[in-house]
Amino acid sequence: MPEVTYLAAIRQGMWEEMERDENVFILGEDVGAYGGAFKVTDGFLERFGGQRVIDTPISEAAIVGAAAGAAHMGFRPIAEMQFIDFISCAYDMLTNYVATARYRAGLPTPMVVRGPSGGYVRGGPFHSQNPEAAFLHTPGLKIVCPATARDAKGLIKAAVRDEDPVLYFEHKYLYRRIKEDLPADEEILTPIGKARLAREGSDLTIVTWSAMVFKALETAEQLEAEDGLSVEVLDLRTLLPMDDEAIMASVRKTNRVLIAHEDTRTGGVAGEITARINNDAFEFLDAPVKRVAAHDVPLPYAPSLEDFVLPQTEDLLAAARWLAAY
Amino acid sequence: MASPNSVSQPPSIPTGLSVEQLLDLYYYMRLTRSLEERLAALYRQTKVVGGLFRSLGQEADAVGSAYALDQDKGDILSPLIRNLGSMLVRGATPVEVLRQYMAKAESPTHGRDLNIHYGTPEQGFIGQISHLGDMVPVMGGIALSFKMRGEDRVALVYVGDGAMSTGTFHEGINFAAVQRLPLVVIAENNGYAFSTPTAKQSAVKHLADKAAAYGIPGVRADGNDVLAVYEVTRRAVDRARSGEGVTLIELETYRRKGHAEHDDQSYQPTEEIARWEADDPIDRYVRQLTSSGWSTPAALADIDRRIADELAAAVALVEPEAMPEAGTALAGVCLDPPEAEREWYDRG
Repeated sequence: MPEVTYLAAIRQGMWEEMERDENVFILGEDVGAYGGAFKVTDGFLERFGGQRVIDTPISEAAIVGAAAGAAHMGFRPIAEMQFIDFISCAYDMLTNYVATARYRAGLPTPMVVRGPSGGYVRGGPFHSQNPEAAFLHTPGLKIVCPATARDAKGLIKAAVRDEDPVLYFEHKYLYRRIKEDLPADEEILTPIGKARLAREGSDLTIVTWSAMVFKALETAEQLEAEDGLSVEVLDLRTLLPMDDEAIMASVRKTNRVLIAHEDTRTGGVAGEITARINNDAFEFLDAPVKRVAAHDVPLPYAPSLEDFVLPQTEDLLAAARWLAAY
Repeated sequence: MASPNSVSQPPSIPTGLSVEQLLDLYYYMRLTRSLEERLAALYRQTKVVGGLFRSLGQEADAVGSAYALDQDKGDILSPLIRNLGSMLVRGATPVEVLRQYMAKAESPTHGRDLNIHYGTPEQGFIGQISHLGDMVPVMGGIALSFKMRGEDRVALVYVGDGAMSTGTFHEGINFAAVQRLPLVVIAENNGYAFSTPTAKQSAVKHLADKAAAYGIPGVRADGNDVLAVYEVTRRAVDRARSGEGVTLIELETYRRKGHAEHDDQSYQPTEEIARWEADDPIDRYVRQLTSSGWSTPAALADIDRRIADELAAAVALVEPEAMPEAGTALAGVCLDPPEAEREWYDRG
């Protein structure tokens, strides 16, 4: 089986969908001749032509708005945000127009907005963001955050085929660091709304997603080796709609939950997950739900600052040990 | 089909329209005004649930521009709040509009959105949202779909003097211009955005001047002259259809009522309102129709009676209808089964 990077998996997924369905097209900044800032769409212009790989002005609202209009007409656009930080420029278009279209007016809007998210790359305040919490609060959107190459491919394909708008947040730290053997002849589709058990365990659960999955796995291995703890890692993969069933199943099994995310703490997704656990599985808890997240500051540039602000494996270890000892 | 109002056609109709079409324009303008007058009465009886937005004095700009689109070819427009007339031209019905304003279960949005915020591509119009300017990129996307499929269709979007100050207007028209999309952008300059006069929105002398910044033609027309509006829009539509790209049209008109029915419009000088009232687009068109021999006062009165009957029937039908069942609020956010959503919300 060929070894495929996380980035190549996204490419493959989009390529296959564009080959399969002529209604799929790409629009965004520098996606055509340049092949995208990270080369995710490299070669697409040559294969699919300028009608289906559209270089746009620096206009995120127009990119998303035009994608929505085309989606109403039966197209399945993939809109790229050059860095996902810039999705805030299209916040109005996404939350007011796109997310409400089906509910208020019966207008199907099958489209994907994707882009590189996340820190640990010395990108500073505007090239490192994780905007999922800003959109979790918007009925009508779906949000996916793959951690593996298999899911990067499977979720982009599922997002393209979904009948509703999907935000696809790909972690740029994983782009070329993650490699997996993916079968070339298998159609990989990851269902939206289903979590993945990344590691089985019985003493406590780490609920996480995206690049943080790997820090959670490191934590689990270290806790097993050093503390003899059996740690379960649940990779949510989709944040909206959230896989409550998978979360509660793990809570009922381990009775201790750590939620880890890279985004800042206040108003972060961990708060929502905690509320759901309280509502659905409170009586199964042997300890308070604990969270590890970034400090509540814009993400700074200097390595010494970024490393301090973002959650590190040591932070997960400390929180998990506190939970286990509770 | 021969219109009951048909008369022998004088040779000098400037637009190439038939007499039947001239009377169509009159019908839609009068229908717009009469429907809004009905709605105003219902509003005073507190039967309109939310606000009421009038287009008094702007009927010519709405009707004349929408009439320039081709229904058979599948052209699509997106109206603003003062384009009830545009929607009626494209086939919206008084029953739909009454149901929307009165939040009835059978309204096109099933009570989810208000006033004239509704429409689908199949109907030939797409409902606006309240965030002004947002429909420009969306209609750009519709026009993009026409271009990508090689279809012979045109999209038209309305903005106002206020909406032109938004970022989405700029991003949308610029994108459409760069892509040479089959899009017509109508800028209705009605003097005010809520209470703010046009001079406080833009420093340009004419809103059409902004077209230069996008490398597209900008043209102006008297928005109270329905035939002039039709003609200028028709040229832009033809231009779009032949692949020449976007046109920005400024229609100069005036908002004779407040922003909405609750607004006492104290900021609008009474003599200014009176001046525009003297240039009422319907009165003006009636004079044109009758003095040119294209129609007669009696024939126009027949149309007025037809409209009155149509509206009376529509109100009688809609008024007793029920509002939606509360439980229907949860369905249809996404395509997923409503049960799943129900469960989602029930859990609390």
